[in-house]
Amino acid sequence: MSRIAERFASLRGRGRTALIPFVTAGDPHPSTTVPLMHAMVGAGADLIELGVPFSDPIADGPVIQRATERALARGVSLAHVLSMVRAFRAQDPDTPVVLMGYLNPIEVMGYERFAVAAQAAGVDGALVVDVPPEEGAELVAALRGRGLDLVYLLAPTSTPERIRLIGEVASGFVYYVAVKGVTGAGHLDLDAVAARVSTIKSAIPLPVGVGFGIKDAATAAAVAAVADAVIVGSAIVSRIEALEQTPEAIPGVIAEFLADLRAAIDAVDAG
Amino acid sequence: MATAPAILSDPPLPAGLGQGYHWPDAHGHFGPYGGLFVPETLMHPLAQLREAYEHYLGDPEFQAELDADLQDYVGRPSPIYHAQRWSRDLDGAQVYLKREDLNHTGAHKINNTIGQALLARRMGKTRIIAETGAGQHGVASATVAARLGLECVVYMGEVDVARQEANVYRMRLLGARVVSVKSGSRTLKDALNEAMRDWVTNVDDTFYIIGTVAGPHPYPAMVRDFQAVIGRESRAQMLARTGRLPDALVACVGGGSNAIGLFYPFIEDAGVAMYGIEAAGDGLATGRHAAPLNAGRPGVLHGNRTYLMEDANGQIIETHSISAGLDYPGVGPEHAWLKDSGRAHYDAITDAEALAAFHTLTRTEGIIPALESSHALAYAAKLAPTMRRDQSILVNLSGRGDKDMHTVATLEGLVL
Ligand SMILES: Cc1ncc(COP(=O)(O)O)c(C=O)c1O
Repeated sequence: MSRIAERFASLRGRGRTALIPFVTAGDPHPSTTVPLMHAMVGAGADLIELGVPFSDPIADGPVIQRATERALARGVSLAHVLSMVRAFRAQDPDTPVVLMGYLNPIEVMGYERFAVAAQAAGVDGALVVDVPPEEGAELVAALRGRGLDLVYLLAPTSTPERIRLIGEVASGFVYYVAVKGVTGAGHLDLDAVAARVSTIKSAIPLPVGVGFGIKDAATAAAVAAVADAVIVGSAIVSRIEALEQTPEAIPGVIAEFLADLRAAIDAVDAG
Repeated sequence: MATAPAILSDPPLPAGLGQGYHWPDAHGHFGPYGGLFVPETLMHPLAQLREAYEHYLGDPEFQAELDADLQDYVGRPSPIYHAQRWSRDLDGAQVYLKREDLNHTGAHKINNTIGQALLARRMGKTRIIAETGAGQHGVASATVAARLGLECVVYMGEVDVARQEANVYRMRLLGARVVSVKSGSRTLKDALNEAMRDWVTNVDDTFYIIGTVAGPHPYPAMVRDFQAVIGRESRAQMLARTGRLPDALVACVGGGSNAIGLFYPFIEDAGVAMYGIEAAGDGLATGRHAAPLNAGRPGVLHGNRTYLMEDANGQIIETHSISAGLDYPGVGPEHAWLKDSGRAHYDAITDAEALAAFHTLTRTEGIIPALESSHALAYAAKLAPTMRRDQSILVNLSGRGDKDMHTVATLEGLVL
């Protein structure tokens, strides 16, 4: 069983909804990321999504675009991100780490080389935003060969056939994009999300995480009521941005924010 | 008995193009290139677009409306013009110009925007968005939006907004909202990113008119098919004028739409050489250029796999060209395939060479070409002297130079 599957199985056993924070690796500085990851786990993160910076992030809104630009300005590459995971893994053997990004850096490294290096670094899976199942066969094969999960997005526009198709190739969990839009955008229609999540759950036997548009304890709690995982990105990254000049404060501030979200989610899980 | 050259009896190829060449495949791949590399949110909308496009491609009513617009509104067919003085000076092959510069709005771009806008209306979309570099595609989109009463938003990099002021004003006059894009390198690629983000957000009522043969399937094929009117007309016009097909075709390549539009109907004419000309900027060796086919390598950007300008880590790098319309780090996937398969040749022309050709054509023929098209002209000027006087070169004069007055004057130290 993969570390991701194990983690979700154990959470289910405890009736706990996963909290998955997203941060862009190397934002605002490469030295920020590993201590931040540990602080997030300490505050109740069950899994971490680590953004791999790419020059042309078409699915990201302004907040994560700027994070990406900050990391790229420091020269953060896919190889650097893998070394951050390796450093994190040396202290934390349990918390799954999923890389989230775009295909081209992986394409340039080579699928097989990436899979080998990612596994060696302690990465558990990848979510490659611009690779739909139709284009993903080789990447899936390379990752599976190394025991890595390929996490797929589902969207409000996904048809029943597409949900089935993605169910056939996804592993680990699936990520439901709660709004039509880019990261950090929009207003959650919670009833619509609940309906879509239940449709997805009846078609795909994997945990369903919900992200895009969760910005505070209230939205986190509302999503926790219907999903297996609550994914929070831009709300964290904008707090990091505000602390760009005092990076030493970042782990503490983000931990405090996540602890609030965790408490709200726990209250839903207990109810 | 004298046998007529086989070419004489060749009828112009139909829009669908038969015989051996049948790319892309059903998944939008041109060999290893092309495809559909987009976020899940866009997968179903792209399938709907594909379906609509395939349906209307064969719909006589749609085609009749398109043809009528191309004739009455765009001014097609555009003439071919024998540049006799220039040919004499070059002392080699006869150079003919396909006059896309005479189209309404001043470039080939409108052939495609007319087609896509008619499709948008058929699909019930009320809002169109577009990306633009030089502003020509933005102007063409704003133009058709005004005519069809559609809302129009054009994304343009901040750098391009500054160097193409006149076109920004034209778009605003036409009622479009021009959004200055401040992310990344602030040029065409970033405008495309921002248009994609808009589309993901407003996919229900919005049609994204991509301005070149890039993007996810079906765009590269669809834009090619709309631009192929250039090559179909050229083929018939050259046969009528010279009794034979041209020996060489030359077109500039930004994303590659004017080039593929010219090339496509000639692809199976083995005797016709094809030259796609990228922007060498300050020179390929300097790294300051926009020539992915000549100096890049394959990767994935903007929904398709193609040749790209990227660094060792797969980050897309900034391009440089005197012409905003060629300042793009990728290229249409079909050109990547035509390059690998050897059917077309790709070379590059520097800023200085393009500028020299700009002045030469202006002074010799009284035609002020776009800086983009000047790259093709500069290459033709190198090619012609290597050929015989009874041979011919057809250059796609993709646009007129009005929009470039400011750029050229500034280079000469003048303030307009
Ligand atoms: C006149 C002209 N020619 C060529 C181009 C390059 O585009 P493409 O390579 O798609 O023809 C542009 C783009 O703006 C243009 O305005």
